[in-house]
Amino acid sequence: MTREEALFKYTLRLGDNALILSQRLSEWCSYGPILEEDLAMTNFALDLIGRAQAFLGYAAQLEGIGNTEDTLAFRRSERQYYNNQIAELPNGDFGHTMVRQLFISSFEQLLFSQLRNSKDETIAAVAAKTLKEVKYHASHAGDWVIRLGDGTDESSRRVQQAVNAIWPYTAEQFEMDEVDSLLVAEGIAVDLQSLYADWKNHIAAVFAEAKIAMPGECYMQTGSRQGIHTEHLGHLLSEMQYLQRAYPDAKW
Amino acid sequence: MGNDQSTMVAPDELLARFDARTAAGDAIEAKDWMPDAYRKHLVRQMSQHAHSEVIGMQPEGNWVTRAPSLRAKQILLAKIQDEGGHGLYLYSAAETLGISRDEMIHQLHSGKAKYSNIFNYPTLNWADIGAIGWLVDGAAIVNQVSLQRTSYGPYSRAMVRICKEESFHQRQGYEIMTYMMRGTAEQREMAQDAMNRWWWPSLMMFGPHDGDSPHSADAFKWKIKRHTNDELRQKFIDKTVPQAELIGLKVPDADLKWNEEKQSYTYGKINWDEFHRVINGNGPCNKQRMEHHIKVHNDGAWVREAATAYKNKQNAQKTNLN
Ligand SMILES: [Fe+2]
Ligand SMILES: [Fe+2]
Repeated sequence: MTREEALFKYTLRLGDNALILSQRLSEWCSYGPILEEDLAMTNFALDLIGRAQAFLGYAAQLEGIGNTEDTLAFRRSERQYYNNQIAELPNGDFGHTMVRQLFISSFEQLLFSQLRNSKDETIAAVAAKTLKEVKYHASHAGDWVIRLGDGTDESSRRVQQAVNAIWPYTAEQFEMDEVDSLLVAEGIAVDLQSLYADWKNHIAAVFAEAKIAMPGECYMQTGSRQGIHTEHLGHLLSEMQYLQRAYPDAKW
Repeated sequence: MGNDQSTMVAPDELLARFDARTAAGDAIEAKDWMPDAYRKHLVRQMSQHAHSEVIGMQPEGNWVTRAPSLRAKQILLAKIQDEGGHGLYLYSAAETLGISRDEMIHQLHSGKAKYSNIFNYPTLNWADIGAIGWLVDGAAIVNQVSLQRTSYGPYSRAMVRICKEESFHQRQGYEIMTYMMRGTAEQREMAQDAMNRWWWPSLMMFGPHDGDSPHSADAFKWKIKRHTNDELRQKFIDKTVPQAELIGLKVPDADLKWNEEKQSYTYGKINWDEFHRVINGNGPCNKQRMEHHIKVHNDGAWVREAATAYKNKQNAQKTNLN
């Protein structure tokens, strides 16, 4: 694998993670438990679309075969997507969505604070902008996990269930492959494994305040680095890509 | 001060002063004395306005997950978010009249409060998103620009703020229609189909003809309303027809004609039977919109309860520490 190939794949992964989570969050539009939270989730979705545009646009440019951010988003199939599976998991209830957001945004906060110093200028610039947004996503989601965890019996039960259900999808975020190793050596990417301890400490602190039990050792789901996904991604894509696939000659 | 006065000054005298103030074009503020009928009229109108912003999120939200490009998705999401923000802002403005958001939502669910009839129509293809921005927001702007000078201060200020965003929405909607009309035959067909379905309901947004409009007399006297339904409708038609023609869309009205003498368009007969049928609950989406809102509200109850319970625990802890 060349440096260019690795950089393309790395950027694509960053873009896919943003794109797929933004699609999930946008499903909340008009479904929020309070109007303020409806708007907050749409706002996160908007931040993520912006990030997806930046990374997919850059990936298209690196690839250099005439793709654009839109053809990368709307014309690839399941097996060509490299987002972590956690991003594609269905929203579930509001507690579920906040737990997923906490797991992802806490990871991204660590990731982007290091990527700010990437030797790749484009990645560094997007990371700097993203970091501010991600910090807010992480603290907003953390606040809700605490409120729900330490709220009523029902909310505590629901949020604990969400934690148990999503937990097996958390470790994949820290998986390294050839792409990562090559780009870490170049000073472009981040050693993801080195972020895990800080991430887990942060999650443990939130859980302690939320009176939520940390799940025990369990099997961790994997596959997205090879383009293997949950069954959910295909449905998400068929909805998202409908117009582009049905009218391939149309410009929107 | 208003409230103190009311215990000392005779009701007739208060009403006379109020009438004089509104006639002179003074803004009425929340703390001022106002007749019950004025307060009731405003609560009805402002809560209906707030509910319309919120219910309107549903037909547009229907296309968020299927928007055809990243830019289109971003613009649509941001627009819907603006509308939700307008809802929040208008709920707060209405709360200055002594009604809570909970109570307003309760009235919406019980059918006592209404929302704009236009959102009882479905969004069936992507061009509907263009048509809503261009026609529905376009019609709303005409109405809201007129309301910027409405006599109730909090409402008028809300309108000033909201109008700025609405004109963005209108331009973005028109841009979608323009792209579609420049596109493939299928896209042009979608655009014309959307035009055909949204044109007449948009004209109905201004309400019945002036002779048939309830609630009007007091609203004019107190300067809540400053232009008649027909004046506003005419303004919208005159502004919109040339925009349609410019991009090659046909206005679905065989009787539409430019009147050189009046310097405006004459238009065909509005189907008021349809208008009344939809208002009375038999539009294509009335039940769907209301069931959606009620279900989401009920499904979210546990979240709101948890937030309250958490807050109470925190407050109790603080009190114990003091
Ligand atoms: Fe609005
Ligand atoms: Fe609008």
